[in-house]
Amino acid sequence: MTQQSSRLLLVAAILVVGLGTARHFLVPKTFGQRGHYRAAAVDAIEKLPIRYAGREACALCHAEIVATHSKARHQSVSCEVCHGPAAAHTESPADIKPPAPRTRGYCPLCHGYDPTRPTGFPQIDPVSHNPVKACISCHNPHAPEPPHTPEECGACHGQIARSKAVSRHAQLPCVQCHTTPEKHKVTPRLVHPEKPRTREFCGSCHAQDARSPKEILRIDMQSHNARYLCWQCHYPHQPEGD
Amino acid sequence: MDDPKRNSPCSEQPVSENRREFLHTFSLAAPLLLLGLRISAVEALAAEPAGAYNARDHYYGMGIDVSKCIGCGRCADACKNENDVPREPYYFRTWVERYVIGADGETDVDSPNGGIGGFTSKTPDKEILRTFFVPKLCNQCTDPPCVQVCPVGATFATEDGVVLVDNDYCIGCRYCIQACPYGARFLDPRTKTANKCTFCYHRVVKGLLPACVEVCPTGARVFGDLRQRNSPLARFTRFNKIMTLKPHLNTKPKVFYAQLDEEVR
Repeated sequence: MTQQSSRLLLVAAILVVGLGTARHFLVPKTFGQRGHYRAAAVDAIEKLPIRYAGREACALCHAEIVATHSKARHQSVSCEVCHGPAAAHTESPADIKPPAPRTRGYCPLCHGYDPTRPTGFPQIDPVSHNPVKACISCHNPHAPEPPHTPEECGACHGQIARSKAVSRHAQLPCVQCHTTPEKHKVTPRLVHPEKPRTREFCGSCHAQDARSPKEILRIDMQSHNARYLCWQCHYPHQPEGD
Repeated sequence: MDDPKRNSPCSEQPVSENRREFLHTFSLAAPLLLLGLRISAVEALAAEPAGAYNARDHYYGMGIDVSKCIGCGRCADACKNENDVPREPYYFRTWVERYVIGADGETDVDSPNGGIGGFTSKTPDKEILRTFFVPKLCNQCTDPPCVQVCPVGATFATEDGVVLVDNDYCIGCRYCIQACPYGARFLDPRTKTANKCTFCYHRVVKGLLPACVEVCPTGARVFGDLRQRNSPLARFTRFNKIMTLKPHLNTKPKVFYAQLDEEVR
């Protein structure tokens, strides 16, 4: 063997060993196991925590609600759409309670009117549709139905009934304010229903000290335009103002 | 040949002795041998337990029915919750776009905060010809350009067809963000690494649906296995006319759109 070739061989050997050593330290351990990537990266991603448990997990405990919900119009709406990610709740049910949206802000995300939504999808105008009232006071979110407004008078008083149906007074039956004798239905022009005559009648719900649900708007009966009757400013079948 | 018997193929004596010997040893050794096999089998089972996730058995895709999307943005919200995506309105793994095509042929596209807070419903001042929502996300391309350009092999397609990012090896050079024709990637401001939709890989391997599919209230998003003939996605692709985004780029997306409008880019 000549001197040159032995030296060349030495240099080549150093290069090969050097490359091997460098590769050993530089190439990640699991690189190339499954493809041109680090298999450990996939394992790390697989181990990430889940936040949404999935509706099957909810059904394990809340069988009763799921039974109602799975037959209703909202059946395609997963529990966690409204109640938020609930994986933490499934791990410690007593300590972590998922929230429920009870205000008017949430439902219009789906049901607020937008011309871009598919035709036929139930939508309302959040500004004029029963303002102030929480959606859940008329609609059961687990089994929503178009609310049934009292309509026994609507056969004759259709215009009033339609106004009232989209007003804040939608859920009040007509007889709440109009005491109606049975005979009015037989001889409507001879026997008339009663109308409220005093401010105090409206005050029985809307006065500061009225014993009525607390979300009902309140006014101070003494200072609030005491010289007028309520219906001189407010149309009771579609009361305005927020 | 002094002893013809020794080499004769017909000689019986030595063979029968060998056979007896063999059977004797084997009868002693067999239980040990079987035990050995058994142990190796048990070890194999322990290494890969029955029902363990095997990426090679799956190939994932997503279907999106544009006509079912109501633009509630719950998918974009759930995605941020599930995947710890920054809440600022610049970072999205999935988002919803609103297309409004006017009678004059002008197309307006908007996506305020990805649709998370809902779309401000305004009465448009012009006549609408047609309008719809389009949910968008990483298209999980079969031939992903982002993977091609990554200089360090930190973004890759798994065996089950999901394009992922190796957070520990990404150098944050943003080549992949530039290369993605769908704008589906962003640079995570906290880690300074590329971030993108993973099809909720950590959920999928556990048999759960991706978060956006889980919360979609109208079933506009469908997730499934393209190799299975009876997956919801297989049904979706059988019963709908399917389009993909930017098919001329030959990225072969695995997000399939039904009822997609020509205007959508």
